[in-house]
Amino acid sequence: MPVGTETTTAFERVQLARHPDRPYTLDFIERLFDEFVELHGDRRFADDPAIICGSARFHGLPIVVVGHQKGRDTKQRSYRNFGMPKPEGYRKALRVMKLAEKFGRPIFSLIDTPGAYPGIDAEERGQAEAIAFNLREMAKLKVPVIVTVIGEGGSGGALAIGVGDQVMMLENSIYSVISPEGCAAILWKDAKLAEQAATGLRLTAQDLFAENIIDKIIKEPPGGAHNDYDQAARYLDAALSERLAQAVSYSQEERLTRRYKKLRAFGRWGTA
Amino acid sequence: MPWFSKKSKQIEAVPPEERVVKTENVFVKCDECEAHLYKRDLDESLQVCPKCGHHFRIGARERLSMLFDGGVYEELDAEVISIDPLEFVDTKPYKQRLKQAIKSSGVPEAIVSGRGKVADHPVFAGAMDMSFIGGSMGSAVGEKVTRLIERALKEHAALVLFSASGGARMQEGALSLMQMAKIAAALAALDEAQLPFISVLTDPTTGGVTASFAMLGDIVIAEPKALIGFAGPRVIEQTIRQKLPKDFQRSEFLLDHGMVDAIVDRREQRDYLGKLLNFMLNPEITGASEMDRLRSRAISGD
Repeated sequence: MPVGTETTTAFERVQLARHPDRPYTLDFIERLFDEFVELHGDRRFADDPAIICGSARFHGLPIVVVGHQKGRDTKQRSYRNFGMPKPEGYRKALRVMKLAEKFGRPIFSLIDTPGAYPGIDAEERGQAEAIAFNLREMAKLKVPVIVTVIGEGGSGGALAIGVGDQVMMLENSIYSVISPEGCAAILWKDAKLAEQAATGLRLTAQDLFAENIIDKIIKEPPGGAHNDYDQAARYLDAALSERLAQAVSYSQEERLTRRYKKLRAFGRWGTA
Repeated sequence: MPWFSKKSKQIEAVPPEERVVKTENVFVKCDECEAHLYKRDLDESLQVCPKCGHHFRIGARERLSMLFDGGVYEELDAEVISIDPLEFVDTKPYKQRLKQAIKSSGVPEAIVSGRGKVADHPVFAGAMDMSFIGGSMGSAVGEKVTRLIERALKEHAALVLFSASGGARMQEGALSLMQMAKIAAALAALDEAQLPFISVLTDPTTGGVTASFAMLGDIVIAEPKALIGFAGPRVIEQTIRQKLPKDFQRSEFLLDHGMVDAIVDRREQRDYLGKLLNFMLNPEITGASEMDRLRSRAISGD
């Protein structure tokens, strides 16, 4: 299978994005940042291990990092709830992003989730409200927000920490309104048609870059990020450095205007 | 002539109550694991049991010496002390309680404030002392905390508060209650000025202290297994007439319920606070030089 090349199919990218050995948020945090201090809890209901937040230094600069976290083994997977956050996870992320805003620190967001957790308890505590509130509040954060999809960008669950000045994707990551399986099950009543759905949804980094939905594609090591965490982190480091420098070069007002314009421009429609 | 004779007849028998081997101040028994600990070891480990990690309660002055660089700080507002505005009498007159508290606790009020450096950052810190009327917050505590906040504002420094309290001081009635509002208002100004406040919850933090400044930190951390809550466990048990689970209102319970950012061992607190202050107090990055450095990284990395 020719992997990580122009000819890689959409579904192959889906599989790479979900590869069990793919580097997760903590793997990148370990390699990119110093002095990481993890901050827990939404001060409302619980701490959600599916989202990691904290302060750290990026080449000496104080920053905040938030990201989804998946588990590596069975125990960890269930502890991290497969990287599917509950409302308290999104509320924690926003709380820590507001701290970043207070102290004038840029925010790095790393996205890697199958989606927001679809469960009774999550509904009871307002999953939709938590996501919606984050979308609104992130749009007005006064500090630079650099978002990178490092694995799966699962719909609203991804977007809830994904509004920013720059949105980038690793070469073999995906970002979609629904999982290919979910889409196939709903539209064709057959989850086995996921491969077809993956192509149709245009969920690869390459598709989304062409559509102007993301700003940059970040290279991965040959065969995919799982083959060399260190190299994958170096590529990500370079991209974060570049885009942060760019975002900081604008005045706060200018940055917010640009962020709004970018969001405002999403969509393609016709006129009668 | 006898071989031995008493040179002096002044020698008296040791009274029975003094006939004990003096181990006081040499060994301490851990409240948690009951291990006998050599006091010097315990001092070295900052009053944390080296065997089981139990955190002994400590006094305000001790706390501040542990916090500041080199253990050095300047004590502030020591002249602010409690009076008896309501002429309150419970089992004892409040005035008498105050006198006793000052004598037995060795601190002038239930909080000691100080100015110093932590990891080289300017910090104003206050530590509460349980041995002064249960660490309760009356007008004087409220005033000292508020002044500390105002000083941090004026000097553009960080605020760190260690709480250890049974709550508001009943003997001052609503005046105590209003300290909660007064401090919270001052904290709002600190927040507006984008200055950091780190709240450290120690055993026990309850009542009006929890329900005001203790929970308003930009960062709230707790010592392991500290009792933290609003209504104390005894009050809850008496109200609902149910036994409470063992870990209820302990730090770990609070972490699970999203109320604290982290549980930090006393022995790691200085280092931890240092990192946070680096994050919160270093100048904002707008500088071109740092960005040029990043940009050059970006180019070389690609």
